[in-house]
Amino acid sequence: MKHLRSIDELGLDGLTGLLQLTDHMAEINQRPVPKVPALRGRTIASLFFEDSTRTRLSFETAAKRLSADTMTFNVSTSSVNKGESLRDTVATITDMGVDAFVVRHKSVGIPWQISQWTSASIINAGDGAHQHPTQALVDCYTIREATHAQNFSGMKIAIVGDIKHSRVARSNIQAFTLLGASVVLVAPPTLLPPDVSHWPVSVSHKLDEIIDKVDVLYMLRLQSERMAQGHVPTLREYSEQYGLTHKRVLALKSDAIVMHPGPMNRGVEMQIDPSDVKNSLIHRQVANGVSVRMAVLFELLGSGSSLGGQA
Amino acid sequence: MSKSVVIKGGTVINRNSQEVADVKIENDCVTEVGKNLKGDIHLDASGCIVSSGFVDLHAHLREPGKEEAETIETGSRAGALGGYTALVAMPNTDPPQDSVAVIDFVREQGKRAGLVDVVPSGCITLGRQGESLAPMAELANAGVTLFTDDGNGVQDAALMRRALEYAKGLGITLAQHCEVAELTKGAVMNECSCCTDLGLPGWPAIAEELMVFRDIELVRITGASMHFLHLSTMRSVDLVRAAKRDGLAITAEVTPHHLSLTQELLASYNPVFKVNPPLRSIEDIRALKAGLLDGTIDAIATDHAPHPRRDKEMSLDMAPPGMLGLETALGVVLAEGGCEIRDVIALMSWNPAKIARIDAEHGRDVVAGIKANLCVFDPQLTWSVDPERLASKSINTPYVGRTLRGRVRHTIFKGTATVIDGQAQK
Repeated sequence: MKHLRSIDELGLDGLTGLLQLTDHMAEINQRPVPKVPALRGRTIASLFFEDSTRTRLSFETAAKRLSADTMTFNVSTSSVNKGESLRDTVATITDMGVDAFVVRHKSVGIPWQISQWTSASIINAGDGAHQHPTQALVDCYTIREATHAQNFSGMKIAIVGDIKHSRVARSNIQAFTLLGASVVLVAPPTLLPPDVSHWPVSVSHKLDEIIDKVDVLYMLRLQSERMAQGHVPTLREYSEQYGLTHKRVLALKSDAIVMHPGPMNRGVEMQIDPSDVKNSLIHRQVANGVSVRMAVLFELLGSGSSLGGQA
Repeated sequence: MSKSVVIKGGTVINRNSQEVADVKIENDCVTEVGKNLKGDIHLDASGCIVSSGFVDLHAHLREPGKEEAETIETGSRAGALGGYTALVAMPNTDPPQDSVAVIDFVREQGKRAGLVDVVPSGCITLGRQGESLAPMAELANAGVTLFTDDGNGVQDAALMRRALEYAKGLGITLAQHCEVAELTKGAVMNECSCCTDLGLPGWPAIAEELMVFRDIELVRITGASMHFLHLSTMRSVDLVRAAKRDGLAITAEVTPHHLSLTQELLASYNPVFKVNPPLRSIEDIRALKAGLLDGTIDAIATDHAPHPRRDKEMSLDMAPPGMLGLETALGVVLAEGGCEIRDVIALMSWNPAKIARIDAEHGRDVVAGIKANLCVFDPQLTWSVDPERLASKSINTPYVGRTLRGRVRHTIFKGTATVIDGQAQK
C-alpha cells in the first residue's frame, strides 16, 4: 500500500488488514515503554492547512511511538503566506527527504494532487467534505473493540447530522457498509447531498423514528455557520429535532453505542454529557486514534521489520 | 503585385455544392474556382476539405490584463492553427471591454498580430458588474455588434430588460452567460451523484435553465435579438427549441468540451476539467448533439479560456474555470460531435459569421470574388494533443491522451497563408 487517501481506495481487505494491525499497536501502547524502533530513520511531515487537535496530535504521537522522525509544517509561519504554491511547498519538503506526508486541507482532492508532485506516501487527514479515512478506521476499530464483532453484518448504524458537509460521514458510510453494516442517514434534506440514491444507505428525516432501532448512534458536529447559510433556521430548532437529549438517550436500545468524532458542540447536537450515556465510546475513539494511526504509518512505511523489541 | 496562391485538389464545400476543385487566390480575394488552375504558389489539398475559414464566437484572449495566460498574438496563432479566420474576443479583460479605448486597443492588437480578424465584443454592463449599462451606443458606433458580460450572467432582470430594449434600437445582439449566481455559490462541478461522492458543491442545471427561460421571455416582450453562450443542459436545449418555434430572434452555441467530456472526469481531482458551465452528464451531451442536428443550436464556439499552469495547479475549489479550445475544436467535433462535415462547417463558420455580423467577409461560399478567408482541413487525420506544442501560451487542454480526428492543414487569412501544412507561418 502506497497511500491512504480514501476508504474506497483502501477496500475491504485493506480495511480489515489495518484493523488487525491496530490490535498489535494497541498491545504496544499497553507496554510500560510504549515505543518500538519499527520506523527508525523514516521521516513523516505533517501538512495541516486546517485546524486540528486530535488528528494532528495522534499522528505525531503515533510516529514517535514507532521511532519515526517528524516534521511539522505550520501554515501560519510558512512560506505559503508569502505566496508559495502548494506544489512548490511539497517539492521543497520532498527535497529535504521525507517518506510520508500527512495532509489536511479544506479543499477536496488535495491528497491526490500532491501525490503527483512527490514520491512520498500520502495520508489523507481530511480533505474538504470528501474523505477522512483514518477517522473511519478509528470508528470501525472502536465499534469492533466494544462489540467484539469481526464484521458488522446485522448491525444498524445511524449517522446523524450534517452529512452534506462531512468528510467523516463519507468515509464512515464507505467503511461501515464495506464491513456489512446497514447505515441510515438522519438529517434534514438541507444537510444531505442533493442525491444519495446511489449510496448503499437508507435515509430518515426524523431521529425519533429510528432511535430505538439502532445499534450505533453516530452523532456529527453541526457547524454554526450552517445557520447563516440557511441550511437550518436556528440551532435551537436543529437541536430539538436532531440533538441527543436525555429523553432520546432513554429511547435507545439498552446496549446501543453512542459515538461522536469530536469536537462536540455541547448544547447543539449533544445536549447531554457523554458520561450520561452508559455506552458512550467517545473517549475510546480518541484513545484508539493513536493505535490506528500507528498501524497506518507502519503499513505504509514499514519494511517488514519486526514490531517487537524496545526502542 | 503579390504572388498568386492556388489550393490544389481539395473538395470545396459550399452551402449548395460540393466538388473537387482548385481555388485561386490573388491579392486578398478568391479569383477563380475550377479545374487545373495555376499560380505562383501551390498548396496541396488532396484528401482535404476546402471551406470558408472558421469563426469563433467565444474566445478569451486575455489581453489586456492577463498576458501571462495568453496574448492577442498567441491566441490568434492558436486560432489560425485551428482553422479560424475570425475570433470574437470576450470582454472580461482587465480593464474590461466597456470603453471605446479598450475596444480599439484589442482590435489594433489583432491587426498587429495579423493572423485572424480579432472582433472585440463589448460589455452589457459597466465593468461587467451587472449594475448599470455600458455605453452600448458608443461601442456600437465603434463597430461592436455582440455584447456580453460573459463570465457573469446579468442577474438583475429589470436591467437585462432595459439592456435588450436599448440593444434593439441599436441593431446589436446581446449574448448571455446563463447562470443564476445565487444557485452556484462555491460550485465546482455539475450537481450530480459524482459531486455527492466528492463532497463538492454542485452547479445545478436549473441555474442555467432559469436564466435561459427568463431571457427567452424578455426577448419575447422586447423583440430584441439574443444569443445564448455555451449551453450545457438538456432542458436549455428544449427551451431554446420551443422559443425558436415561436419565431423569436434567438441563437445558441455549444462548446466542443460540452459535446465530448462528462462530469465524471472531475473525480480525477484535476482542475483542468473545471469549467463554467461545468461538464455535465452523458444525457446532456446527447441532448446537445440532438440540438446540433435539428438546428436548435446554431454554432459551436470554443470558450477558449487559457490559464497559467500555476493557476491550474491550485485545488479544485480555488482553480479558475476554463480550458483551451481553439487548436482542438475541429478535431473534437469531427471525432465526437456526431455531425456531417457540411454541418460542422455551418456550425463553425457560416452560422457564427452571421451571428457576429461579420458575414460580409467571413463564412461565405468559396466562389470567385469573396475575401479569401479559408480553411483547408483533413477530416480523417487522427492525432493526439501534446500540450507543450500548442501555440497557446497556456497548456490547460483537457484532451491529453484522447484521439482527435480531423486536423487543419492550411489556413488562409485575407489571401495570406497563416498556416501551411499545420505550421504557423508567423
